[in-house]
Amino acid sequence: MTAQAPDIRSVRARRTFIEKVKRTLATAPISAWFGMIIILIYSVCAIFAPLIAPYGEAVIVGKAYQPSSEQFWLGTDQIGRDLFSRLIFGARNTIGIALITTLLSFIVGGTLGVLTALKRGWLDQGVSRIVDAFLAIPVLIFALMLLAVFGKSVVNLVLILALLDSTRVFRLARATALNVVVMDYVEAAKLRGEGMVWIIFKEVLPNILPVMITEFGLRFCFVFLTISSLSFLGVGIQPPTADWGSMVAENKTLITYGNATPLYPAAAIAILTVGVNFVVDWFLHKTSGLRDEH
Amino acid sequence: MSTEKKRVKGETLLEIKGLKIEGNSDGVWHPIVKGVDVTLKRGEVLGLIGESGAGKSTIGLAAMGFARPGCRIVDGTIMFDGIDLRQATLDEKRDMWGSRIAYVAQSAAASFNPAHTLIDQTVETAVRHGIMDRAKAESDAVDLYRRLQLPNPEKIGNRFPHQVSGGQLQRAMTAMAMSCRPDLIIFDEPTTALDVTTQVEVLAAMRDIVEQFNTAAIYITHDLAVVAQMADRIMVLLRGKEVEQATTREMLKQPTQDYTKTLWAVRKLAKEESISDDVVLRVHAVDATYSGVVKVLDNVTVQLPRGRTVAVVGESGSGKSTLARAITGLLPPTKGEIYFNGKPLSKALKDRDKDTLRRIQMIYQSADTSLNPRQTIRDIIGRPLEFYHGVSGAARDRGVAELLDAIELDESYIDRLPTELSGGQKQRISIARALAAKPEIIICDEVTSALDQIVQEEILTLLMKLQKDTNVSYLFITHDIATVRAISDEIVVMHQGKVVQQGPKSKVLNPPYPAYTELLLSSVPEMDPDWLTNLLAKRAKAKVKA
Repeated sequence: MTAQAPDIRSVRARRTFIEKVKRTLATAPISAWFGMIIILIYSVCAIFAPLIAPYGEAVIVGKAYQPSSEQFWLGTDQIGRDLFSRLIFGARNTIGIALITTLLSFIVGGTLGVLTALKRGWLDQGVSRIVDAFLAIPVLIFALMLLAVFGKSVVNLVLILALLDSTRVFRLARATALNVVVMDYVEAAKLRGEGMVWIIFKEVLPNILPVMITEFGLRFCFVFLTISSLSFLGVGIQPPTADWGSMVAENKTLITYGNATPLYPAAAIAILTVGVNFVVDWFLHKTSGLRDEH
Repeated sequence: MSTEKKRVKGETLLEIKGLKIEGNSDGVWHPIVKGVDVTLKRGEVLGLIGESGAGKSTIGLAAMGFARPGCRIVDGTIMFDGIDLRQATLDEKRDMWGSRIAYVAQSAAASFNPAHTLIDQTVETAVRHGIMDRAKAESDAVDLYRRLQLPNPEKIGNRFPHQVSGGQLQRAMTAMAMSCRPDLIIFDEPTTALDVTTQVEVLAAMRDIVEQFNTAAIYITHDLAVVAQMADRIMVLLRGKEVEQATTREMLKQPTQDYTKTLWAVRKLAKEESISDDVVLRVHAVDATYSGVVKVLDNVTVQLPRGRTVAVVGESGSGKSTLARAITGLLPPTKGEIYFNGKPLSKALKDRDKDTLRRIQMIYQSADTSLNPRQTIRDIIGRPLEFYHGVSGAARDRGVAELLDAIELDESYIDRLPTELSGGQKQRISIARALAAKPEIIICDEVTSALDQIVQEEILTLLMKLQKDTNVSYLFITHDIATVRAISDEIVVMHQGKVVQQGPKSKVLNPPYPAYTELLLSSVPEMDPDWLTNLLAKRAKAKVKA
């Protein structure tokens, strides 16, 4: 057997993965498809923004407050920049920053959560109490305060929001990991002499991944909304960078004249949030074992 | 004890014809029960036996007109006392459930609501169905507790489920099922989770009360010796089909089908006892406590000879699994020493070097929880090869294939996930993982207790073969005396954290016994329908004498 079989590899695992994805997608409800299409459109806009947008991000191309026309599809803003182009560039900035922030909060919160679940004892107590203290203060107010202290820059914004959000991620990661760390296979890995890194990333994490992915979707929405809120308040992403939150703020007075301009970026924010939620709902339903009886 | 009294068998109570049930997995319906007929008269006890997956529980539930979520009854009729349960509406069935048909589940601990007292839960059905008022139901419950020989029947009802033992809880659940004096009770593996010594009491109480009220019962189990005590008639099931059916005595005396014969011919497996002085592991006067308060090991001394099997037996709570934790370093002993190859072993896990860890491996009871469901067989078996022996890539794959061959599995299993294997195959993978380390000792913690009898025997045979090939020593923790008989060289009997007895198999399993060993050995059910009756009579007599 060993002589003529130097390499035992089969394509089975790979093929079943693609099959699985296909099968899963085939059972997706319309709402999930709707959400996925929205996310796809947004992603394309974000990635290929310079190719899609008719004008540059911060280029003044017309007069201020021009209505929508052949030349400017959605009109121009208060200093004459093309609103449609800024909307597309806004996708890149707002979504990009929200994504980086969420990823960062998951790396910090997730790792710490699993680690404390494994170690328990004083480490768990210490980290959990600090997290409790953070959780007691509303995110938006806390973020405003910290931004006032450290100054408003994109880097600060990302770091502060990632820190605040990682506390929520930590809670969930710790709670779900607690159910996994009592399993015999984790004990078996400890008895084998495996290090913490292996146990966290190879034994525990794969088993809490479905929950974490779902939470990632939800967290992304929250972060995205918080960034937009902060930008609206003027402490988030700074001009001239195109950003939906600040775009709403810049044009907000127009709404009193019956002009829909501030609604476009607001709608962009709302639709993405709804789309992500549709997909997350479906995923949650699938992985949580909530199945219709009969 | 009214066992001598002839039971009154009345007219037909339950008649199931051509029952077919399908189960859904991943959106595909496949048959679970493939056309089974069951007839049950009033006051009769029918035993359903078979391996897991035979459809026993599914049939038991179908007798209530119920199909589990993900299951559907596709064909057949279920007539209960003239009522067609397949046509009955949910409301009609709900009226009958609990009051006319009751169900006793395997795990009483998981079935009771931890937030309510026992008596609240016992009387709930009767009061809700309006059969009795609360006061009457409560006095009736106390009467049932007394009949089920629960200690202190007047007071025990005020306790919460966690305040009584597993055996008492299982009896309380029987009282709950009895509270409305149902026509039919379905017992679904009610004693499987209990120790043998507790099992005897529960079986006696259940049999007694079913007889007193002349209740018909379906008794589901995979344990033949148990069903022999309980049932008037036995039905053997295999993969959703009836194999054969006969009265208990007839069935035990002369089974007609080959499959039944293989079930009956249990434990042909017997290892020739062999004693050795070459001690590989010596546990010397070890104490261990949980959180410094509860002493779970008390001055335990055990020796494990090289290439031999030492079985550690005892009830749950006797400290046998704690002994394993002390040896592996998960629970460092507070007193005493553990010597490995003559040298003292570091107490805590983190102080031991990789090579020491490699030499002591462990196999767990439940392969479901000991194999990571997200790792393929390649990773599960390959990891110790890579970790301890530095083998990687194609060489690692070859090593995995060799190990799969050693545990008699095809190498095409290499890319599967544990969930794609049967219980026996999963346990084989656990064995391969332990073997991959090339250990000197393997600690087996109840490795066969979650498996069917035939699969158990295959696993034990495999373990013995591997011992012959690699001269590995087994510390075999179990509560099953039949397994002990089959594979051990020496036996350690543990009770309440102390070693009652250690010695060669031939000595421990033969008189004279210490009192506890005798109790333990005599509580193991035998394939004799009169075993329980005789045992109870003998114990009653001994009590009178004392």
